[in-house]
Amino acid sequence: MSSHVNRTGKAGGLYARRPDIFPRAVDGFYRRLKWAIMAVTLAIYYVTPWLRWERGVYAPDQAVLVDLANRRFYFFAIEIWPHEFYYVAGLLVMAGIGLFLLTATVGRAWCGYACPQTVWTDLFLHIERLIDGDRNAQIKLRKAPLGPSKIVKRTAKHSAWLLVGTLTGGAWIFYFADAPTLLRELFSGRAATVAYSTIAILTATTYIFGGWMREQVCIYMCPWPRIQGAMLDERSLIVTYKEWRGEPRTRGLKRAVDRVEVGDEAGDCIDCNACVAVCPTGIDIRNGPQIGCITCALCIDACDDVMARIARPRGLIDYATFEDCDVERKGGAPVPVRRTILRSRTFLYFGLWAAVGLGMIVSLGARTRLDLSVAQERNPLFVQLSDGSVRNAYTIKVRNMETRPRTVRISIEGLSGGAIWDSLSDEGSARPSLTVQVGPDQVARRRIYVRASRSGPAAQDFTFGLTALDDQGGADRDAARFDRPETVE
Amino acid sequence: MSENSEKQIDAATGTELNTHEWDGIQELNTPLPRWWLWTFYATIIFSLGYVVVYPAIPLMDSATAGTFGWSSRGDLKKEVAAAEATRASTNKAIAQMPIEQLAASPELMRAAVEGGRAAFKVNCVQCHGSGAAGSKGYPNLNDDDWLWSGDLAGIHTTLVNGIRQPGDDATRVSQMPAFGRDQMLTAAQVEDVVSYVRLVSRQEPASASAQRGTKLYADNCAACHGANAEGNRDVGAPNLADPIWLYGGDRAALTETVTNARQGVMPAWGQRLDPVTVKMLAAYVHSLGGGEQAKR
Ligand code: SF4
Ligand code: SF4
Repeated sequence: MSSHVNRTGKAGGLYARRPDIFPRAVDGFYRRLKWAIMAVTLAIYYVTPWLRWERGVYAPDQAVLVDLANRRFYFFAIEIWPHEFYYVAGLLVMAGIGLFLLTATVGRAWCGYACPQTVWTDLFLHIERLIDGDRNAQIKLRKAPLGPSKIVKRTAKHSAWLLVGTLTGGAWIFYFADAPTLLRELFSGRAATVAYSTIAILTATTYIFGGWMREQVCIYMCPWPRIQGAMLDERSLIVTYKEWRGEPRTRGLKRAVDRVEVGDEAGDCIDCNACVAVCPTGIDIRNGPQIGCITCALCIDACDDVMARIARPRGLIDYATFEDCDVERKGGAPVPVRRTILRSRTFLYFGLWAAVGLGMIVSLGARTRLDLSVAQERNPLFVQLSDGSVRNAYTIKVRNMETRPRTVRISIEGLSGGAIWDSLSDEGSARPSLTVQVGPDQVARRRIYVRASRSGPAAQDFTFGLTALDDQGGADRDAARFDRPETVE
Repeated sequence: MSENSEKQIDAATGTELNTHEWDGIQELNTPLPRWWLWTFYATIIFSLGYVVVYPAIPLMDSATAGTFGWSSRGDLKKEVAAAEATRASTNKAIAQMPIEQLAASPELMRAAVEGGRAAFKVNCVQCHGSGAAGSKGYPNLNDDDWLWSGDLAGIHTTLVNGIRQPGDDATRVSQMPAFGRDQMLTAAQVEDVVSYVRLVSRQEPASASAQRGTKLYADNCAACHGANAEGNRDVGAPNLADPIWLYGGDRAALTETVTNARQGVMPAWGQRLDPVTVKMLAAYVHSLGGGEQAKR
C-alpha cells in the first residue's frame, strides 16, 4: 500500500495532482471531543472582541484589544505597554514549553484538535457534507456531469465556504479596534482600508486553506509536524495501528470467521477500510506512524465502531506509546495512561511552564503603574557653569500607566547640594525636587538639568526618586551618574 | 528525472526511486504537488503585473514609470507636504509671536525648541558642535555664561545679526584692543595683567606680578570688563572672574588674548534663514540649559 503523501497521483513525473479526499462522517468519543473543542475554540475566537471591560473614561472598554495606534495591549484587567513586551515574550515561551509538554504527553494533539487549520478544515468538511452528502454521495457528485443540481450544490458550497471565510477575516479585525464602532464603520464604508484588505486577505486564505488545500497545508506547508516529530519519545501517546493484533488481515468478517474455524491464524483487521475512509488527511494509519497523521483519532472512532460490530475488543487502532507497543507485541499489558502522562519528562516541562507562568503572575501583581526611567545626556557629558558648579543633563521619562492624570515629584538622592530644573524653565528655578504632571495613560518626557558642586568624584552615582503626590501613592527610582571634569592638580 | 527508461518502484511506498545511489541509499523520487507549480506560475504572473504597475526597469538615468506613476519619492514628497501642512499653523503662530512672549506659550515653545533642534543640526553644529558644547573660540551654548545676552530676545538678536558681520548695522561687535601688538602695554605689563586676571579668576595665588597688574587692569581693562572683572554684556566683554574661558584661561592663551585680542565671527542668520527658523534656533539655544529670563 502506498501512503497518500508518496502517491504519485495521475500526473506522474515531476508534479503530482492532489488526490481527492472525501472523509466519511464518523461518530465516537474522539469525534465528540473534537466537536466540543471546535465549539469552544470558535466561540472564543468569534465572541472575545465583543466582551466589555470597564476601565474608566480614559481607556477603551474592550476586554481584549490590541491598540496598535496607541501601542497598548489590553487583556481584561491587564494592560501591557510596549516596554512590557516581555510579558508577550513570556507568553510565547509558555506556548513553546506548552507545545513540548503537550507533544511529549499526548503527541500531536495540537494538530488534531486545536490547530486553526484543523478546526476550520473540519468546519468546511462539515459544511460540505451538509450540502453534498457524505463520502459516497460526494464521490458520486464529483463524477457526475455538470448539471443543474451539481451547479446548485457547488454554488451553495463555495458560497457557504466564502461566508465562513468572510466571518473569520471579519472577526479578526475586531481585536484591533473598538468592535461595535468598527462594525458600524464597516457597513457604512467608513472603516480604514486596512480593515477591508485584512478581511479580504483572511477570507481568501481561509477559503483556500480550509476549502481547497486542507491536509496539504499540514503536510507541505506547516513546520510543526517536523518539529513535533522530533519531540515525541517512546512514551508519548500517538495514534497507532496494533498490527500484531490486526494482521494478517482478513477480507471481510465472514472470511475471518471461516478462517478461525479452520484453525488458521486471523488478525482482527477485516480490511474494511473504514479507518482510511474517515481520515481527513487521506492516509492509511496501518502503514505505521507518518507525517501526514495529525492524530485526530477519527480512525480510532471508526475502527472501534467496526470492532464493536464484529464483537472484538475496541482499540485495534488506539492511542498508544512505542513502549506499550513493544510490551503488547510480546503479550504484556500496556502501562496505564495515568503513568504515561505523569512522568519525569512531562513533570519537568510542566514545572518550567508553570514557573514562567507564575513568574509572570507575580511580576504582574508587583509591577508599578508608575515608572521612572532616566537617561543621561552624553553630548556634552557635563557643563561648567559660571559660578563654578557643574551641570549634567538627563532625559527622564515618567510613565503613568493608570487611566487617571497624576502628579509626581522627582527628586535626587545621594548628590549633596544637587538642584534640578527642567529645560522649559531656567536655572533660577533650580530646586532639590521637581513636580511633573503626567496625563492618564501617558508618558511625560522631560529634559532636566542637575547642578552640583564642582568638587567631587569625576563620576558619581546617585539616584532619581519618583514619588506620587496623590493619595493613591506609588514610587519608583532609577540610578544615574553625575559627571564632572577631571580635577587638574 | 530518470534517464533510465526502466522505472524502479520502491516496494514499501510504491513510489518511484531515483536512479542514483549513495552508499547503498536510494532516494525516493517524490513528485512535488502540482499546486506548488501553479503557485510558482502565479508568482511569475504577479511579478509581470508588478513590473507593469510599479516603476521597475532601470533606464539610463531613470526607470520605467509604472502605470499609476507611483514612486517612493512621490510618496515622500506627499508625506513631507502633509507634515508641513500640519506644522503650518504652529509656524504661523510662532512667526506672529514676539520672541519675548514665546516662553509664555508652552506648546509653541516646545514646538520651537524641536524645530530649533533640527535647524541647529543643519546650520550650527559645524562650529558649536553636535552637542552645542563649542570648542576653543566657539562658545559652549550649554553653559550660563553669555557674552552678549542669555535671554530669548538677546540670543535672537545675536542669531539674526551675527557677530562682526559686515553690512549688518545691528551686528554684535566687541572691540578689544591688541594691547601688546599695538604697544599699549609692554610684554612685561601684559604678563602682569595676565597674572592679575588669573588671580581674580582664582587660578593663581597672589603674586608681585598680579599686584602690579592690579593698576594696569584698572587703567586699561576695567572700562570694559568691569572693576571686579565681572564683564559687561553691553559691549560683549566677557566675565573674567568665572571659570569659563572661550579661548582658554591658561597663561599662554591669556597672554595671546591680551597681546593680539580676539575677533570671533558668526554669520548673521537673519540674512540666511527664514525668521521662524531663527526664532526656533533661539528657543533651542535658550533651552540648552543656560537660558535666562529677560531682565525686568
Ligand atoms: S477500520 Fe479497523 S478493521 Fe477496518 S480496515 Fe481499518 S484497522 Fe482494519
Ligand atoms: S490516521 Fe487517524 S489520527 Fe491520523 S489523521 Fe488520519 S484519521 Fe486522524
